[in-house]
Amino acid sequence: MSPAGPARRRGALAAFGRHPGAVAGSAILVAVVAAALLAPLLYPASPWRMVQRPFVPPFTLERVPLGTDALGRDIAAGLMHGASVSLVVGLVSTLAALVIGVPLGALAGYLGGRVDDALMRFTELFQTVPSFALAIVLVAILQPSLSSMILAIALVSWPPVTRLVRGEVLSLRSREYVQAAIVTGQTTFTILRREVLPNTLSPIVVLASLMVATAILLESSLSFLGLGDPNRMSWGFMVGAGRTVIRQAWWITAFPGVVILLTVLALNLIGEGLNDALNPRLARER
Amino acid sequence: MGLFIARRIGKGVVVLLAIVVLNFFLIRLAPGDPALVMAGEAGAADEVFVAQLREKFALDQPLPRQLASYVRNIVGLDLGYSVRQQMPVATLIGDRLPATLLLTGTAFLISLALGVLFGALAARRAGSLADTAITGVALLFYATPLFWVSLMAIIVFSVRLDWLPSFGFETVGAGYAGLARAADIAHHLVLPAMTLGLFFMAVYVRMTRASMLEVMGLDFVKTARAKGLAEGVIQRRHVLRNALLPVVTLAGLQAGTLVGGAVLTETVFAWPGIGRLMYEALLQRDYNLLLGVFVVSSGMVLVFNLVTDVVYRVVDPRIEAAR
Repeated sequence: MSPAGPARRRGALAAFGRHPGAVAGSAILVAVVAAALLAPLLYPASPWRMVQRPFVPPFTLERVPLGTDALGRDIAAGLMHGASVSLVVGLVSTLAALVIGVPLGALAGYLGGRVDDALMRFTELFQTVPSFALAIVLVAILQPSLSSMILAIALVSWPPVTRLVRGEVLSLRSREYVQAAIVTGQTTFTILRREVLPNTLSPIVVLASLMVATAILLESSLSFLGLGDPNRMSWGFMVGAGRTVIRQAWWITAFPGVVILLTVLALNLIGEGLNDALNPRLARER
Repeated sequence: MGLFIARRIGKGVVVLLAIVVLNFFLIRLAPGDPALVMAGEAGAADEVFVAQLREKFALDQPLPRQLASYVRNIVGLDLGYSVRQQMPVATLIGDRLPATLLLTGTAFLISLALGVLFGALAARRAGSLADTAITGVALLFYATPLFWVSLMAIIVFSVRLDWLPSFGFETVGAGYAGLARAADIAHHLVLPAMTLGLFFMAVYVRMTRASMLEVMGLDFVKTARAKGLAEGVIQRRHVLRNALLPVVTLAGLQAGTLVGGAVLTETVFAWPGIGRLMYEALLQRDYNLLLGVFVVSSGMVLVFNLVTDVVYRVVDPRIEAAR
């Protein structure tokens, strides 16, 4: 990192703050995180418990502000408890995808030649496969749980990371400071870790924030199909549970969907803001 | 061109084989005896059938032998037997495939046409109110869960307005034939195709807009303007044509997401395609059928990629066979 690093980062923070979408997105995300943290305090009882008669419409009873579902469960409580599942799965699966994707991309870009060829073929294979279908198959076979969902989402979302890192490393490899590091006899691992990868950080951060959004969409889609953790309340599950009674009770499906939409939108806005702030050069390309 | 297509088909076959091998290992990821897994919950009780499976897939042989026999079966289009549905998996999928092709094809064409149209409109007046509105709506659609927007569309257009049917492929027992039947199917197709296309439309709007803005800054556009060409001609003939190339590339990459999304759309709208078949297999833990649908949908994506590659070369003749 150059000595101008901290100053540049402050500039990036200011640029992020000037982006109205990014600020709105951050506000929504903070609210979702707060909901996840406060859920056990505000609604200590299990969100699966029946608290009222079924099909209470929203805004009619103060005790259940958003109404109840077909089994008399509190929708507001479900939304609060569901926040943690979406956040955890979105975050952890993205981190796991980075753990798979970054090393593969770095090796492919840095070593080139046959290694690059083989790794890119492998990446292409995973990019061709219909990712949602593969995720369904994986979770069904591994049995539905939080960890199988995270693993499945990570396994279908790493290829873009590999492609991005490979491209960045490819262009950094010929830089003089990297060549200098090679001449001084440092090992490939050290060069990648200390010279190359830190400089690929900002595009990775941008991609990661967009990947969390996609991961949350995938998680809710899997939960909607009944592949969620059977012990955890999640937004996708709530939409799926309300599906059969949609003609009588629109609110059971409407509210969780709005919450998913807002969360994913918030993460996309943050990603765009980060992109404009960290890669001003690339801002127009996306 | 012929050589190019042959080479692409060869590459596709290799990828498909790799997917079949992946499938083989997926079955072994499941807890328990692979023969029981393949038989599914319903067939597990039938010992004769399980013994047959064991023999057919050489499950008592070493792993490489098992793999070879598995691949041989799949290559011979024998995807196994679904005990639940009492039918060969290949037949089940074959019956459902046309509905999925109709749905995904329609959704793809609608989303591409509308996406490019709105993206071009937004780019033409970048920064204007129309641009802000289009970009905003696209961002919203981009974040909307597919299964949820389908359900909301049912509430609005079927339940409240009663304009469109909310489920199925055609009116059961109506006895339509010929054009009347086609119109009936089209009527049922509107909601599923529109909702499946929304997300992709948003993708194409963003891509077209960004790509057009980039091309607009290039020298040949300045030259065209200096020649005194009309703005509409510049936009259509010079900017849009060049801006479409990355959009076509992206459309090919989106094929997998489109086919995967069909699982959700078909489940919500009871559309009798392979996506719904996958959901049914999932509910019944019919792994053989599940993996069969997975292989076939991967094959669909490969065919789709091949088509977009060919289209790309037609649109841009500069690409040489060397690629």
